[in-house]
Amino acid sequence: MKHYTNTGNKDTRSGFGAGLYEAGQKDGRIVALAADLASSVKMDAFFNEHPDRFFQCGIAEANMIGVAAGLAITGKVPFVGSFAEFVTGRVYDQIRQEVAYGRTNVKIAASHSGITLGEDGATHQTMEDIALMKALPGMVVINPCDYNQTRLATLAAARYDGPVYLRFGRPAVPNFTPVDYDFQIGKAIVLNEGTDAVVFATGHLVWEALQAAEFLDREGVSLEVVDIATVKPLDEEAVVASAVKTGAVVCAEEHNAAGGLGESVAYALAKGCPVPVEFVNGGDRFGQSGTPAGLMQEYGLDAAHIADAVRRAMARKR
Amino acid sequence: MASTEELKRISVQVRRDIIRMVTAAKSGHPGGSMSSADILTALYYNVMEHNPSTWTRDGKGQDVFILSAGHLSPAYYSVLARCGYFPVSELGTFRKLGTRLQGHPSVVRGLPGITQASGSLGQGLSAAEGVALGKKLDNDGHLVYVLVGDGECEEGQIWEAAMFAPHHGIDNLIAITDWNGQQIDGHVDKIAGLGDLRSKWEAFGWSVVEGNGHDFDDILRAFAEARSMTGKGKPVMMLMKTVMGDGVDFMAGTNKWHGKAPDQEQCDKALSQLEETLGDY
Repeated sequence: MKHYTNTGNKDTRSGFGAGLYEAGQKDGRIVALAADLASSVKMDAFFNEHPDRFFQCGIAEANMIGVAAGLAITGKVPFVGSFAEFVTGRVYDQIRQEVAYGRTNVKIAASHSGITLGEDGATHQTMEDIALMKALPGMVVINPCDYNQTRLATLAAARYDGPVYLRFGRPAVPNFTPVDYDFQIGKAIVLNEGTDAVVFATGHLVWEALQAAEFLDREGVSLEVVDIATVKPLDEEAVVASAVKTGAVVCAEEHNAAGGLGESVAYALAKGCPVPVEFVNGGDRFGQSGTPAGLMQEYGLDAAHIADAVRRAMARKR
Repeated sequence: MASTEELKRISVQVRRDIIRMVTAAKSGHPGGSMSSADILTALYYNVMEHNPSTWTRDGKGQDVFILSAGHLSPAYYSVLARCGYFPVSELGTFRKLGTRLQGHPSVVRGLPGITQASGSLGQGLSAAEGVALGKKLDNDGHLVYVLVGDGECEEGQIWEAAMFAPHHGIDNLIAITDWNGQQIDGHVDKIAGLGDLRSKWEAFGWSVVEGNGHDFDDILRAFAEARSMTGKGKPVMMLMKTVMGDGVDFMAGTNKWHGKAPDQEQCDKALSQLEETLGDY
């Protein structure tokens, strides 16, 4: 049974921009910081409405993280925005000391994540950021799947007291989750109910998994698709429940194998329900220039590859 | 307000605390702790507007201090304890399992007086600027102080922060450089020379005050001058000349004691040069 309707294409980063604007209207503690990419990260609406609560840091991400931590110490709720690589890999130690170990209420808004950043190529395409952020004690990692969910996740991050890594992307992709519902950090969402296998997907790969479910339905395969919007803390109960129900698992993400969603799911299943698991991810390599759609195909991250992985997982069922 | 004579007596006790803490822990950083001891003593006893009994991490209604050079924790902890932030007896737990006095400052265990974690260098100036911006947003007229080491200024983030503060008109911030000229591997000038620090900070748009970090009259003069420069659109940098290991003859002026603990014999020798003025913990 389907719990989604595609209402057309929209970029997830604009969902962040809308969420940040709304959060800023509701809560005067919200401040925003950018490192010269405010427009790309869609922080303009917030900036135009609250120039006094917006701090342009220039191309100096390390300082931006520290300034955000300082603002959080005084009770502000800072959102720092840039491309995912530049607010993770470039500033890992700053996030570690100032935000995670320093226990400051900073929200790291990471746009242009993954391979679908496209033409700029590997220097800008991080496929390692979830691994880095997941490794930090206490860090919440949210990777919403579409515009609506990114907006709601941004509002949830603003309400949550503690460090959050919020990951979203550049291209316009199908917008298919409801406009408004009670988005809860740490809660997986079943978007398609099925009985033969389950795909745990995150970010842009959720839509690809739903497409795979439609192909497979024509082959008589009933595929469950679970949207893992929050990678950490993982909804282990929901993961185990779907694994028990279906007995075959695929993990799908726009991220490399090391440290991604797949490892988190496999860890949960090893403890709770050891069943065959297949993985759809970027493997162990860097990205390259190309169109987002071309890259998704080249790196094996599209619906066809997810469907193949489902068939492999099902073939391994006992 | 303490007299300069009283400040001297306090800072001698702080140095005793540093030596005893580091010796007991068999690790830690006595050199820089002793070069910054007089500055921190003056700051907490005579300069900062603060109240240990009402202190909260958000710093509301008080001046805020952040120790960017986190390895100077022995001096910092001693001054905080002697000021009444936590029991002096707790200094004996420094670096021991379960302590609130972690090797480098931590907020995780809730040690009163610690505003931000530090240890990985070059980051505290940025955090202090964030606190200063927060105070401006809250119309809280109190000041933010931050202490960096001179070796620490080799970190690129220091210069990102150096650009940020004047651009945003952060003029409620007083940064202090413990300018002892030494770092773990040797003389700062021989490792990665900082050149003309005064010109550098001025070129970045800061007001600069220089002083002698071991002469309490001059320290208080420099702080007064720095405070008078706040509120005028520019951040203030105090470049305070100090001596690593100051106070103990065989530790002074060398990088040998940057990150090394004395053995018991060396400890006793050092303590014989430092009068017990306020009572050991």
